[in-house]
Amino acid sequence: MIRRFPKLTVWRAIFAGIMLTALYATYRRAMYGLGGVTNLSDRFPWGLWVAFDILCGVGLAAGGFTLVAIVHIFNVERYKPILRPAILTAFLGYLLVVVALLFDLGHPERLWHPLVMWNPHSALFEVAWCVMLYTTVLFLEFVPMVLERFGWQKPLGWIHNISVPLMIAGVLLSTLHQSSLGTLYLIVPEKMYPLWYTPILPVMFYISAIAAGLAMTIFESWHSSRAFGRALELPLLASMGRVLAVLLSVYLWIRFLDLVHRHALALLMRNRMETWLFLLEIALLATPVVLLFQKRVRLNPGALYAAAVMVVFGFIANRLNVGITALEAGSGTHYVPRWSEISITLAIVAAGFAIFRVVAEYFPVFEIQAQPPVFSETGVTEEERIEV
Amino acid sequence: MPQGILYDSTLCIGCRSCEAACAERWGLPYNETIAAEERISAHKLTAIETHGDRYSRRLCMHCVEPACASVCPVGALQKTALGPVVYDPEKCFGCRYCVQACAFQVPSYEWNQRSPRMRKCDMCYERQSRGEPTACAAACPTGATKCGERNALIEEARKRMDDKPGDYFHKIYGLEEAGGTSVFYLSAVPFEQIGLRTNVPHEALPALTWRALELVPDVVSTGSVLLGGIWWITNRRAEVAKAEGKRK
Repeated sequence: MIRRFPKLTVWRAIFAGIMLTALYATYRRAMYGLGGVTNLSDRFPWGLWVAFDILCGVGLAAGGFTLVAIVHIFNVERYKPILRPAILTAFLGYLLVVVALLFDLGHPERLWHPLVMWNPHSALFEVAWCVMLYTTVLFLEFVPMVLERFGWQKPLGWIHNISVPLMIAGVLLSTLHQSSLGTLYLIVPEKMYPLWYTPILPVMFYISAIAAGLAMTIFESWHSSRAFGRALELPLLASMGRVLAVLLSVYLWIRFLDLVHRHALALLMRNRMETWLFLLEIALLATPVVLLFQKRVRLNPGALYAAAVMVVFGFIANRLNVGITALEAGSGTHYVPRWSEISITLAIVAAGFAIFRVVAEYFPVFEIQAQPPVFSETGVTEEERIEV
Repeated sequence: MPQGILYDSTLCIGCRSCEAACAERWGLPYNETIAAEERISAHKLTAIETHGDRYSRRLCMHCVEPACASVCPVGALQKTALGPVVYDPEKCFGCRYCVQACAFQVPSYEWNQRSPRMRKCDMCYERQSRGEPTACAAACPTGATKCGERNALIEEARKRMDDKPGDYFHKIYGLEEAGGTSVFYLSAVPFEQIGLRTNVPHEALPALTWRALELVPDVVSTGSVLLGGIWWITNRRAEVAKAEGKRK
C-alpha cells in the first residue's frame, strides 16, 4: 500500500510550505498584533478569520450532530458506518475553531472570560458557551474510539451510561449555536446588504449548516475510501444525497420567499459585486439540488462527490458573503484579506486534513474495517504506517 | 438623572478645542497632524469634521439601549444610570463585536497593540460623577457643545429651533436613531450633509438580537422533550423488533 498516495511527497511539500508560512504569520501576529497581520480596521473589524475559520468551521462540522441525531436518536442504524468519521470531523473542526479564535481574539489569554463574565443578552456569549459545552460533548463522543483502541472497557461503560442525554445535549447545543452564529448579524441591519440581511438569518444558518454537515460527510467518506483503500458506502451516501437535495430545496425556497417578502428581489437587477456573488452562492447551492434529484447522479460516486463539493463551496460562499461581502458597502469600506490571514486559514484547514488522516489511521474510526485488512494482508507494521 | 450632550453644528466654528480637551483628559497625544485627522480612532476619541463651510463632530452617541453593551459577550461595556456607556478593558477579550455592532461606527480598536483595547468616548464618566461638565463641553468657546440633563437638552434643542426656525433643519438627530441616544445634533442642513448616518433604524437595536435569543429556553425545553421522546419511541421499537425476532 505504499502507492496509496503517489503524489505524497508533493503534498508533503505543500503542507510544509503552508505550515512554515503560517509559522511566520503567527510570529508576526504575536509581535505586531492584529494590525500587523490583518487588513481589519475600525470600519471592518471582522474578516476572513471570523467569516471562514469560525462561521464555516463550525458549520462544516455540523455533520457530527446531524449524524448522531440520525443514528442514535432517530435510530436509523444503517447510517452507523459513517457516524464516527462525522464525529471525528466535528471534534477536529471545533478544536480548530478554537485555534482560529486564539489568533483572532485581541486577548487570546482571556478566552475563558465568558465562563465567569456573563452577558446573556449577547449572541456571542451564547455561542461561546455552546461551543465550549459542545466541544466537551464531542470529546466524550470521540473518546470511545481511543478507549476501544486500547481496550479500556471501564471508562467505555461510563460513557455508554450517559450517552443518550449526552447526545441529546449535543444536538440541542448545536441547534442553538449554529443558529446563533446567524443571530450575530441581526444587530447590523443598516450595514448588511438586504440580499442577506433577514430576521430569519438564524434559521437559514441552521438549515444550511445541516446541509453542509451532510455534504462534508459525503466528501470525507469519498476521500477516506480512497486514502484508506476501503469500499465506499455508496447506497448510504446516495440516500444521504437525496436528503441533502430535499433539505437544500427547502432552504432555497425559504430564501426565495424571504427575498420576495422583503421586496429585495429587485436588487438582483443591479449590476453590483453583491449581485454577482449572491448569484454565485445560489448557483453553487442550486446546481447540486438539480444533480442530486437524479438517481444516476446519486449512484455515480464521482458525480455524487462533485455535488457534495459544490454544496460545501456554496455553503462557504454563503458564509463569506454574510461575513464579508454583505458588510462592505454598508461599512463604507472594502476588505481583502492580507496574505497572513489567508496563510493562517490555510494552515488550519491543512492541519484539519492531516490530523483527521492520522487519527483515522490509528483509531477505529471506520467501523466496518476496524482492523483494515490491507494492513494484516501486507503485514505492514505500525512504524511503517507512520512513514506512509 | 441621565446626562447627555447637545452639539449644535450651526454654532460650531471648528476651533477643535473639544478635540484638544478630550485628548488631554485621556492623556492622548495631540498635535497638528492629529488635529488634521477628521476621523475618530483609537488615539482620537472625538473629531471635528469639515463639510464645506459647516462642521460636524463625532463622538460616542451613548445610546439609551446601546448595541455595543448588548453584544459584548463578557459584559465589558455597561450603560450607566448617569448616561455614559463605559468600558472595562480588564474584562474585554478582544472579539470586537462592539466595533461591528455599533450603527454609528464609533468604537475603535488598538489594532497595532500587543495588548489592545477598544477605545471610545465615555462622556467623561468620572468628571460627570463628580458633577463636572464633560471636558469637551467645558472647553467649547461658543456653546456648540453643551452637556447637561438629557431631557433638558432635548427641550433646549427644540427651543433653539423654535426661536430661529430659519437657521435649522427641523429635526434632532439622536432623538429616534437607534431608539434614542444621549448625544443630540442640531444642523442647518439635512444630517447626511454633515456626515451623519441617516439609515440607522429608529428602534433600539438590541431588540433585534433578543427576538432570536429569547427563544433559547423554548428551544432547549421543547427540543429536549422532543428528542428524548423520539429516542424513546425509536429505541423501544428496536427493542420490540428484537424481542419478536427472537420469539420466532
